[in-house]
Amino acid sequence: MSSEKTLSENAEEYLEVLYKLSLKERPVKTTNISKMLNISPASVTQMVKKLEKEGYLHYSPYKGVTLTEEGYKIASNITRKHRLLERFLHDVLKIKKEKVHDQACEMEHVLSDDAERALCQLLENPDECPDDEELIPVCDFEFKTCEECRMRRQEEVNEVGKRNKNLVSLTDMEKNEKGKVSFIRGDYKVIRRLMDMGITMGAEIGVLEVAPFKGPVELLVRGSNLALGRDIAKNVFVEIIKENTPESKGALAHG
Amino acid sequence: MVKLPECIEKSDYEEKISTLDKNEFSSFGDVTLALAGNANVGKSVIFNYLTGSDQVVGNWPGKTVDRAEGNFQYDGQKIHVIDLPGIYSFSTFSMEEIVSREYIANEKPDVVINVVDGSVLERNLFFTLQLMEMEVPMVVCVNQMDVARAKGFQVDTEKLEKALGVPVVPTVAIRGEGLQKLIKKAISIAKDKKISETAIEYGGEVEKAVKELQNFLEREKLGLGYSNRWVAIKLLENDPEIIKKVEILSDGAIQLANHLALELERIHDEPSFSIIASERYTLANRIAAGAQKQTRYRITLSEKLDKILIHPIYGYFTSAMVILGLLIWTFVLGNFISELITNAMSFFQPVDPALSGPALAVLWNGAFGGLVAGLTLIVPFVIPFYIMLSYIENSGLLTRVAFMMDSFMQKIGLHGKALIPLILGYGCSVPAIDSTKILETRRERLLAAFAITFAPCSARTIIILSLVAIFVSIWWALALYVLDLIIIFIMGKLALKAMPGESTSLIMEIHSLRMPSASVILKQTWNRTKSLTYLVFPVFIAGSALIQLFYVLGVLEPISNLMAPLTVGWLKLPAFAGILLIVGAVRKEFVLLTLVSFVGTDLSLALTPVQFIVLALIGMLYIPCLSTISILIREFGVKAASVISAANLVTAIVVGGIAAHVLSLFM
Repeated sequence: MSSEKTLSENAEEYLEVLYKLSLKERPVKTTNISKMLNISPASVTQMVKKLEKEGYLHYSPYKGVTLTEEGYKIASNITRKHRLLERFLHDVLKIKKEKVHDQACEMEHVLSDDAERALCQLLENPDECPDDEELIPVCDFEFKTCEECRMRRQEEVNEVGKRNKNLVSLTDMEKNEKGKVSFIRGDYKVIRRLMDMGITMGAEIGVLEVAPFKGPVELLVRGSNLALGRDIAKNVFVEIIKENTPESKGALAHG
Repeated sequence: MVKLPECIEKSDYEEKISTLDKNEFSSFGDVTLALAGNANVGKSVIFNYLTGSDQVVGNWPGKTVDRAEGNFQYDGQKIHVIDLPGIYSFSTFSMEEIVSREYIANEKPDVVINVVDGSVLERNLFFTLQLMEMEVPMVVCVNQMDVARAKGFQVDTEKLEKALGVPVVPTVAIRGEGLQKLIKKAISIAKDKKISETAIEYGGEVEKAVKELQNFLEREKLGLGYSNRWVAIKLLENDPEIIKKVEILSDGAIQLANHLALELERIHDEPSFSIIASERYTLANRIAAGAQKQTRYRITLSEKLDKILIHPIYGYFTSAMVILGLLIWTFVLGNFISELITNAMSFFQPVDPALSGPALAVLWNGAFGGLVAGLTLIVPFVIPFYIMLSYIENSGLLTRVAFMMDSFMQKIGLHGKALIPLILGYGCSVPAIDSTKILETRRERLLAAFAITFAPCSARTIIILSLVAIFVSIWWALALYVLDLIIIFIMGKLALKAMPGESTSLIMEIHSLRMPSASVILKQTWNRTKSLTYLVFPVFIAGSALIQLFYVLGVLEPISNLMAPLTVGWLKLPAFAGILLIVGAVRKEFVLLTLVSFVGTDLSLALTPVQFIVLALIGMLYIPCLSTISILIREFGVKAASVISAANLVTAIVVGGIAAHVLSLFM
């Protein structure tokens, strides 16, 4: 969602600083940039010219620098990531206020857009960052509301259930063993299809046959016989049901 | 068989189905019945019983999903029946599901007959509960009571009726038992438009959320065609299409739904769709447990057979037997019928254009010749093949073979079911490509179709046998066959690389084995043959006439000369090979027939052994015949068809050229 071209971390830092300074003065004087980044004015001018060539900003000597639309987009995106990370480091990981800035500076460049969304949802759409209470720029995803963002994320659900200890994959079960479904991972559509076919959380599954050569597995679930390909079956995890209680015998046939 | 989630592009969601003109058929009858239910529960048997010969199988507008409908008379009224595709749920992951739910919402059948498998009651009730959420007038038909009994289940339909609040009729459709009663019930429900009075309620907090949203929607009056309860549940389940529709009309509804769904997810720590699926199954389980008793535990004949059919060792033998059986049956019976028709058609002899004049040559040799070729070469093989395929499909044997063969097919990115189209390819590519419909995604269908275009169909087999086996040696013919298998495998791998994507693994219900009904098999065969005939015959007739026209006009020579650098230079074939390849594009056998007309029956006078091998290789690989190309276009579009044809052509030229150069070193 940010730039298709990958910018260097250095360039991203420049854009981030420009974003911050543009809030106070436009155009931004190069001397202010050099102060903020602690870099000689000559190198700043060089970098600014380079970024102008790539279309992220306009530079007119003696006046200063303004961000182009594309530059602004990247700058606000990286700033947003930075400030979300600060919040995360501070609120969740309980790292001291003074230390979050430098840490976030390192992490912001490698944070993916997906991780950014997840972070935003985890922090319940924060609007300010902790150190200097600056506003977190709004995201540039094509969602109308934060709810929509959350809803759309559900389409990307790729696991359901709890990853407890002692879970066994269907492909590791012995023939005639039975288990209770407690964790499924895989493609969203496949998970939903499995649920339609009766493999819901807590459903009882018996393994009837395992085809050789990494072939499919035949299961008994809710009274129906179902064949699952190895790739799907290996991502369904169950808690094994011990076969010593007498009443568990017929239960499977009823589902 | 389960239809797996089909990748539906966003644009496909659009209002396509709902805005399409209503089928003219729908307004035909006084009463419209819709048959709905899981796959393989006997819907088609009931459909055939009701409609007899008065039925039409077409496609849902713009979809590759079959739309079967028909009419019958009952009590002086015309009754229109539509057989909805077999589905397990009303999500949006397959065309079948979308088509079905849109049909019920928009065309509002007077009554929905929900056919359920009495021997797998719980799983089937999962779908019944979803139909009930839609609040449509319905009747539940508990079919396959005989199978249920054989498994030791007793189904108490009265209890089921009480629990669901809709009429329940037990049937054994294959023997016609209970069907009269079913129709009577269905029509009386259609008249009163009675929907269930019993409230189907889910558990505590889920029901609360549904009710709250439902009440909100009640006030909003959206008028989507679906019941408010259904819309409420779909919103909670995060159904993309319904969300999109509601969004435009009411922002509040979406916000409330999100809020309620979040709440549920917090309580259960699971995505909302998972919570709701579990809820439905809990209820289905309770209703099923209340209405059915397992009186004894019996191992049915089907289960005994399965011990062999999907046994880790014997299973491979039985699968091989099914496949071989299908091929042998098709070829033996096909040959027999083909001979009968050929004899009957023996009055057909090509005329000499020099004597008869060009017009007659084009019409008689070309157009009529094409018709005769279609009658003697396609029909005799296709009909027995479809009969046996339909038997294998409907009896449940196909699912067993797919189960055993899955791991091999995975190697070329396909799953077990794709084996059938590939086997078909050994007979004729056209029905083979047609049968890729049994695969779920377009990607899989394309992969399979691509592999099929390389398979040695019967026409290619004829070329290999008559060119190489007779004039070089049987061993070389065999070697070409083996080479072809290797090429299929390599091209399959390459296609997989070129079309990356998640390979869909098997999710397939293995239902009990049973003797399929003869009427279903014959109807299916008839419908398949009919649609194939409509496609192939015009192509045959026109293509064959066109070539005659070229002959008469004498334009083949110049074209052949243009191709000389390729045919003579690279492939080291005689100059007339260009003509052979052009006519062979219509039908592969033409390569041979034209060659004979050029040099007489002793072909060894005209060609060297290397040239025989190269010509056979080229003939085998170079381009799918015209009928195959036209079915590729029908199924996948012009672009995919041209890419496949080009891939064939390039492979043929490369492989043929290499063979020509290498073999001439030592032969």
